[in-house]
Amino acid sequence: MKTYQEITITPINNVDSRAVKTGAWRTWRPVLIPEKCIHCYKCWKVCPDVAISVESPEEKSLPVWDYDYCKGCGLCAFECPKDAIEMQREVDQ
Amino acid sequence: MAKLTIPKEEIMSPGHMGCQGCGATMAMRYALKALGKKTMISVPACCWAIIPGAWPNTCMQIPMQYTAFEVTGASISGIRAALDSQGMQDVNVVGWAGDGGTVDIGIQALSGMIERGHNVIYICYDNEAYMNTGIQRSGSTPYGAWTTTTPVGTTEYWEEGQKKNLMEIVVAHRLPYAATASVAYPEDFIKKLNKCLEIPGPKFFQVYAPCPTGWKSSPELSMDLARKAVTTRAFPIYEVEHGKYKINRKPEKTPLSEYLMLQGRFKHLPEKEVEFLDAHYEKEWKALLKLEEMTQDESLGNFM
Ligand SMILES: Cc1ncc(C[n+]2csc(CCOP(=O)(O)OP(=O)(O)O)c2C)c(N)n1
Ligand SMILES: [Mg+2]
Repeated sequence: MKTYQEITITPINNVDSRAVKTGAWRTWRPVLIPEKCIHCYKCWKVCPDVAISVESPEEKSLPVWDYDYCKGCGLCAFECPKDAIEMQREVDQ
Repeated sequence: MAKLTIPKEEIMSPGHMGCQGCGATMAMRYALKALGKKTMISVPACCWAIIPGAWPNTCMQIPMQYTAFEVTGASISGIRAALDSQGMQDVNVVGWAGDGGTVDIGIQALSGMIERGHNVIYICYDNEAYMNTGIQRSGSTPYGAWTTTTPVGTTEYWEEGQKKNLMEIVVAHRLPYAATASVAYPEDFIKKLNKCLEIPGPKFFQVYAPCPTGWKSSPELSMDLARKAVTTRAFPIYEVEHGKYKINRKPEKTPLSEYLMLQGRFKHLPEKEVEFLDAHYEKEWKALLKLEEMTQDESLGNFM
């Protein structure tokens, strides 16, 4: 019988999931209307896909979407208190 | 304004396999922000066993162990003991399981874990059914819900039992800390996690995590549904610290139908059933208020 030192090492997941571009799932693209943004960053807070980043909240920077990962769930647009995010159809034809 | 209300650091990476609008991924993102990078997590069979990604990918920037469905509590007991024996007391050990894996199949391992008093945090994300295998009802599925095993159709074969009161089962163990939380209130969830990190011994969370796929709801509504679950009293937010209840949110009551009718899983319910469910939630809420009042009694002292 094999000892534990001889059996196969448990497979380890060690490649960051950024390798997987889940933006390909998206049908609706959130687009920010900068003039309407009040820098509350609720969009950033709700994003289940970590696809929104905020560079420096102190300087009221605008939230930035990473469309490589945004799946287009629309949570950011729905939660935005100022309707500053528009969901636009990816391929309109 | 112009200030973030939750920690900026992201310990969960993008590119994961969560569905659009997945509440369980929101819950994990918030939890990791509170727990920090010095955390080890153990996850049984559930959606979260596949959300990190297919091998070799993972969205977790901390060590995560996959474990069997029924043993989350036992597995974190073991991880804690192993770390302690190596002098690594400063690592947070977390069990992260679904409702099925907690209220039904993993309940004895959870019970044993609490009984033995390990210094661990057990978090159950509650999406109210066995979602990963295709929406089968669990003990946590609420009354009236459609699932693939309570299929309704033209009949009244919806879920017949009320949602199992997991918190009361856990609190009956007299553990130092137990709380419910919701993805609708990440600041509250994070605050309570931070607080419990200072409390030695077993800690327990039940966090409400809407599932658009299983609830037949629109993905952009996940946070709103979680909010409505609280305001309709379907899922109250409270904590029990050393036996003392504290209700963290006491919002104005909103009509239950406004919550139910946004979800395909409840659309078939006739009005009298909605009223029946509403009365049940109201009764539970009143009992909770009483528990809060009763446990403030100083002469009771602290449980555990
Ligand atoms: C012993 C055992 N029984 C059944 C399964 C199949 N199974 C895998 S995940 C799952 C559903 C888990 O439901 P829950 O714990 O609520 O988590 P969710 O999928 O909803 O996130 C089931 C039944 C299994 N992996 N192991
Ligand atoms: Mg579940």
